[in-house]
Amino acid sequence: MTDERIKQFEVRHERLKTLSDDELKAHFWDLCYQVVDPIIDLARTHTSPSIERSILLRMGINSAKSHGIVDAIHQAGLLGKGAGHVLLKLSQKLDIDVKAAGDAILENKEVLNGLFEEA
Amino acid sequence: MTKKMQPLDPNKKLDIEAILENLEDYRPPRKGWTWRVVPEEGVDMGPFHYRDMAEPLKRSIGLPASKYFDNIDPQPKPVVTTEIASGRFEDDIRRMRMGAWHGADHLMVIRHTGQSHIDGLMEGTPEGVGGVPITRKQIRASRKAIDLIEEEVGRPINFHSYVSGVAGPEVAVLFAEEGINGAHQDPQYNVLYRNINMYRSFVDAAEAKKVMSSAGIFQIDGAHNANATAKAGWLVMPELLVQHGINCAYSVRSGMPKDLIGLSTVPPNSPPAPKFWYDLPYAVALREIFSDFKMRAQQNTRYIESSIEEAIRTHTIDTIISMLTSADIQSTITPDEGRNVPWHYNNIRGVQTVKQTWAAMDGLNEMIQIKRDGPLGDMVRDIKERAVAFLEEILEVGGYFAAVEKGFFVDSAQYPERSGDGIARQGDGGVAAGSIIERDPDYLAPVCAHFGDNHLPDGITHACDAIGGCTLCNPDLITYIDEFDPEDNVHKRLEKTWDYRKGNLIRPEVEWAGDGTVLVEMMIPENEDYAREAGLEIARRMGLEDPQVINLMVLHPAEGCFLEVKGQVTFDIDRRDLKIPEKVVLLSEEEIRAAVKKTNLTVVAGTVGEDEHSVGLREILDIKHGGIETYGVKYHYLGTSVPIEKMVDAAIETGSQAILISTIISHGDVHRINMRKLDELCREKGIRDKVVLIAGGTQVSADMAAETGMDATFGRGCKGINVVDAIVKVLKERGVV
Repeated sequence: MTDERIKQFEVRHERLKTLSDDELKAHFWDLCYQVVDPIIDLARTHTSPSIERSILLRMGINSAKSHGIVDAIHQAGLLGKGAGHVLLKLSQKLDIDVKAAGDAILENKEVLNGLFEEA
Repeated sequence: MTKKMQPLDPNKKLDIEAILENLEDYRPPRKGWTWRVVPEEGVDMGPFHYRDMAEPLKRSIGLPASKYFDNIDPQPKPVVTTEIASGRFEDDIRRMRMGAWHGADHLMVIRHTGQSHIDGLMEGTPEGVGGVPITRKQIRASRKAIDLIEEEVGRPINFHSYVSGVAGPEVAVLFAEEGINGAHQDPQYNVLYRNINMYRSFVDAAEAKKVMSSAGIFQIDGAHNANATAKAGWLVMPELLVQHGINCAYSVRSGMPKDLIGLSTVPPNSPPAPKFWYDLPYAVALREIFSDFKMRAQQNTRYIESSIEEAIRTHTIDTIISMLTSADIQSTITPDEGRNVPWHYNNIRGVQTVKQTWAAMDGLNEMIQIKRDGPLGDMVRDIKERAVAFLEEILEVGGYFAAVEKGFFVDSAQYPERSGDGIARQGDGGVAAGSIIERDPDYLAPVCAHFGDNHLPDGITHACDAIGGCTLCNPDLITYIDEFDPEDNVHKRLEKTWDYRKGNLIRPEVEWAGDGTVLVEMMIPENEDYAREAGLEIARRMGLEDPQVINLMVLHPAEGCFLEVKGQVTFDIDRRDLKIPEKVVLLSEEEIRAAVKKTNLTVVAGTVGEDEHSVGLREILDIKHGGIETYGVKYHYLGTSVPIEKMVDAAIETGSQAILISTIISHGDVHRINMRKLDELCREKGIRDKVVLIAGGTQVSADMAAETGMDATFGRGCKGINVVDAIVKVLKERGVV
């Protein structure tokens, strides 16, 4: 494996050594962005429990509560909607503020049933 | 609103209890990173012009030698880091104050071991292991103390911690809310060193970086861990460029401005290796490729063991590399990091290494320059080409995640070779595997600084308008948690150390108030085995508990060893039992000169007994050294090995009003004997009330006068002014002036 890699490297090297310093630098950055762009796409289209909890934090819900709320939303299969979205929707439905909507989920996660079906 | 605390009094200790009050109302006065102010025209200090220095501090402590240079304390151009994390932040903030007074303006707090695997935020103030549990309360208390400290020293201080682990986005929000100024964030670090699932780590990182950018938090990456981990750190240089490149590119794509992105870079090699042949081309390659980004130059830790001096020498050389290339932040490693959790004074030593090197080499690049042609240029090019080929291979095998699965990273061989000891991780493995979730087409996050697809309600452009504001826009929305654990918290710990901080008890400390740790140095003329055991036994008999040899250097296999033994003292000293010698207040120079003139003050001086030392006394006498001559005193210098009788006779002959004897040799207490003899002889000759008798020497101290019959006695550090002052005071008492 290493031998093969070294052979490959020699081939690459023959090509790379024809580049000027500036071209080599531009090529380095071009490759870096090629490496990260698909990962950025993954990040753009995905979320995680920590991201959702961080959103609840920004909504003024402390760490002691955000964990339970996000877990409940996750279990209800609604994390792909966004935990903040769920709270916003629930607050509108129950006519309470978003923090109270969080408390409502902690009290009884049944409140999440059918939340996104009626609209 | 927070009640503003009184400015710190440099002569009073920090009041930790006062800092902990009203934290629920604390708001950071500013957010974002601050660079030092570096005047383009340079800085003039004392007799010197500096080219690479920032504005000086309002209050600081200079290098030990600064007393010879008008007490100037030139401050290097880059921000200077010190890492402080003993596990108890309440003790760390006192150390932060010490660090700031010596010139640190980037205070980095290492996290409690294991915090990166905690799926969420920690709260309260539990004690940490290997670092500090980072919590809202700990941040507020530390930041509040730092607000006071930066006002005291007169320069903004950057407070720094880590956005890593499985709770990265939450930690980033906490940091943005609480005004943390800098943070490590690098998803590769999580994957390689913390075994956090790779998809989770990168998805979280984009959110964390976006949040950090919103609060102007400066980011440092984690690439340097590769040369701290790989067996031969200097062989992983091409990979280091790749890791830096991936984090930089990912950060830029996450929306982070380039001037908030820093590379954590360490000169990878260490003597006895020919360090510059590796470190210099590497430093140059890095700065050329990453010219748009900031350099955080760290010092080498890979090869530090127990020798403080060896570490300091290596760190001096590391700092020279920063000066020859560039550094926006110059970080320091405490020189004791190889042997224990850093101690208070070793943070200061680390900062001093940078200050001393920087001052010595100020403006160096105006006089010499790196020879870019020749071997250095070839090596720079080689590193870059290997890094580019590495990136090409990553893409060829299917991208970053595939490369990690194949163990591309932290392999100890130089690319393209492989030792096969790289750290391989699987996409479906690691902590929090399978935990990322695809966003639905109507995904919504109604808060600011959110990364990625977000379907805001119609008519909403500022995301948090949908919910009437978020904590990043309105800090009053933050809900503060104080303590969870009624036992494991700062208040309980402070109760136990009250006597040492605010009461009358004194105990030495290196880490925590009252820890009692002391370090004893000794040379044992035995081989290593016997020296070690003898050292421990000596420490035990000195009364030290739990003695440990923390450094042993063989001087010769048979002739002996140098040892450092640490242990704890178990007793307290009561301040009330200590007698502090009264400080002598000198008469004004005008008063002294007037008295000298009025009395036409004349003295005889000489080194007495069988003693050929002359340098010390000449410095007391000569105008060149600021001696008594400077104040108009006339003197008759009789030389060395002068008999006491001759001193007294000469005084009578010349009509001198004072006799100055120097006595360096102290074998058999001869110095005391000579002093007493001088007093007795003057009494015999009936001139005791006509002459002032002064003795000085290296083994003489100020409190010897009474027992020896002298009017004043002086030890080390005495100057001409002290002697004239003492003579004039006696003459005043006698009513002569």
